[in-house]
Amino acid sequence: MRKLLLQGLLKAPLTEKGPDDAAVEALARELDAAARARLGRSLSIREVDAGSCNGCELEIHALGNAFYDLDRFGIRFVASPRHADVLLVTGPVAKNMAEALKRTYDATPGPKWVVAAGDCAINGGVFAGSYAVTDGAAAIIPVDLKIPGCPPTPVDLLTGLLALLKAGKG
Amino acid sequence: MVNLSDLFARNGTLCRPWPRVSVNEAEWTGLCTELAAGRLTLSALFGDRIQGDLGAVHMALLEEATGRLALASLPCPTGAFPSVARHHPPAARLERTIRDLFGLTPVGAPDLRPWLDHARWGVRAPLGAATPDAGAGEAYPVLPVEGEGLHQIPVGPVHAGIIEPGHFRFSAYGETVVRLEERLGYVHKGMESLMAGRAPEEAARIAGRHSGDATVAYALAFCRAVEAARGVAVPERAHALRGLMAELERLANHLGDIGAICNDAAFAIMLAHCGVLRERVLRASARAFGHRLMMDRVVPGGVAQDITAEAIAGMKALVAEVRRAFPALVRLYDETASLQDRTVSTGFTKPDYVRQFGAGGFVGRASGRGFDARRALPYPPYDRLPFEVPVRSDGDVNARVWVRIREVEESLGLIIRLLDTLPKGDITVPVPAGGGEGVALVESFRGDVFAFVALESDGRVRRAHLRDPSWFQWPLLETAIEGNIVADFPLCNKSFNCSYSGVDL
Ligand code: SF4
Repeated sequence: MRKLLLQGLLKAPLTEKGPDDAAVEALARELDAAARARLGRSLSIREVDAGSCNGCELEIHALGNAFYDLDRFGIRFVASPRHADVLLVTGPVAKNMAEALKRTYDATPGPKWVVAAGDCAINGGVFAGSYAVTDGAAAIIPVDLKIPGCPPTPVDLLTGLLALLKAGKG
Repeated sequence: MVNLSDLFARNGTLCRPWPRVSVNEAEWTGLCTELAAGRLTLSALFGDRIQGDLGAVHMALLEEATGRLALASLPCPTGAFPSVARHHPPAARLERTIRDLFGLTPVGAPDLRPWLDHARWGVRAPLGAATPDAGAGEAYPVLPVEGEGLHQIPVGPVHAGIIEPGHFRFSAYGETVVRLEERLGYVHKGMESLMAGRAPEEAARIAGRHSGDATVAYALAFCRAVEAARGVAVPERAHALRGLMAELERLANHLGDIGAICNDAAFAIMLAHCGVLRERVLRASARAFGHRLMMDRVVPGGVAQDITAEAIAGMKALVAEVRRAFPALVRLYDETASLQDRTVSTGFTKPDYVRQFGAGGFVGRASGRGFDARRALPYPPYDRLPFEVPVRSDGDVNARVWVRIREVEESLGLIIRLLDTLPKGDITVPVPAGGGEGVALVESFRGDVFAFVALESDGRVRRAHLRDPSWFQWPLLETAIEGNIVADFPLCNKSFNCSYSGVDL
């Protein structure tokens, strides 16, 4: 354990310079200003799986690993919608989840944003047209931002979340 | 009395590579008795609609000792069939699902509550008579629990973490869980109705999204069933690349979950280090196959993308890196008393239950059931590769972690072996359109995925059914938590890591 910790101290961090290019670095800097203005430097996200295949969840989880380190942007996942500014919705919204999604939305205090993450949440994805889904989150709650992909990569997700703040919606 | 040999002796339909035979009610019930006696293992049980409106049920039976599998089919002209669960409890949720989707009633079933149908779809028996419904929802009667001082804790469907939705009803006495009842179905997407009527190439994309974390295994099971139905032989190179993807998927999931289990015991450093290794696997997978989770890379007839020499080098570097870093993490896990205190003896799963339910994957192998489809019903490329199937008998969270640690090591060996012996040649063959039925059993990281595919004469999918390994693991989680404290549930749950989407269909 000591050795592992020591190595951690001596090695350069794995954390990468944010998504890809300078534009996103600029986005991140802007986030700082925008977030400070509106949200006191942090953004709290409540993730809601509304019928995903769980692929999107895997990539959302990956945002927390050392390469992406979402926390450094002041963005974090919270356990309750009552603490959230953003609902990050995945899945085509299974009808069996529609009420839970609506209730989670209602339980989130304003101002609030909804991000539809993944093709499913945007328009039902490969599950569109089924008797059991609503073909996307917008059928149940208002959607502010869409992050396409099946699943979106962590870089896609990060870029989208930063862009949300840049737009300064609310 | 009927048994598996009788089924093999009969002339079944043209189902490949294992037979499917029509039986009568008495024979059906006879097979249930074989299941109850433990001479056969229930591998799948699902509904169908044959010849227009005639309902039918199919039961896939596995004889573990001989590695044989056969399907028994019972037409249901009256809309009913003799309950399997009445004799063999592992069939209970499968039967409730048949009733929800096809409207066929299991006569004598111990539990007739709906399972997937939450009365929200606007239609009842969507794959059967499909009668319209208000879709207003209805209350679900949880099982009664009585006793002085008992209290109930309802959890979900929306959970605190980033996980799939499901409802858990704990009945607790103080901190001790007396009973857990699961209620699932929240992520039902109607995947079986979506696959029906599509070309196999399109249906494979839906098959591969039954459970995103096992997308390679699912796509492989579906494609193998299609190829069996059409009598197509896939090129050797495609077999090897499929095996490579399947092992990368196993590796990524095991690494991620070992870290996540430790994190649920509040030991975050394991999550951080394992998360780095998992990310490296996903990146190497993306470099080699163009998608981090390798979705839609296994296709009917082969694989969608060949691997470059550069990607092979990257893959070897990945294996070297994991081999360098992983042992220190294993030592850390093994030598941290506070962590062991949480995982050892927690969430014990009885070997008897595991056998009865035919629970696969690390849940089965940590409790003495050594079944692994790669070994028991070998398919390429595993039929030519040496590997160990780790088995333990202590059955607790710790045992499940250790099985996965050992499987990481085996997968690393398999990956190198596959890269070193990669056959040359094509990566795909055309699958000529036409009818037929095929079955496959493929080992995902979580356990065996069963696939049944029936094709119309024009080549479209008539009926496809994929049975997630979690069907036979979820019920055991209810037993594993009994007598443990509520606070250990996340740990037990993560150590099972059952799929919600895979069983919710
Ligand atoms: S967008 Fe793709 S990965 Fe995400 S839930 Fe839908 S099918 Fe799964």
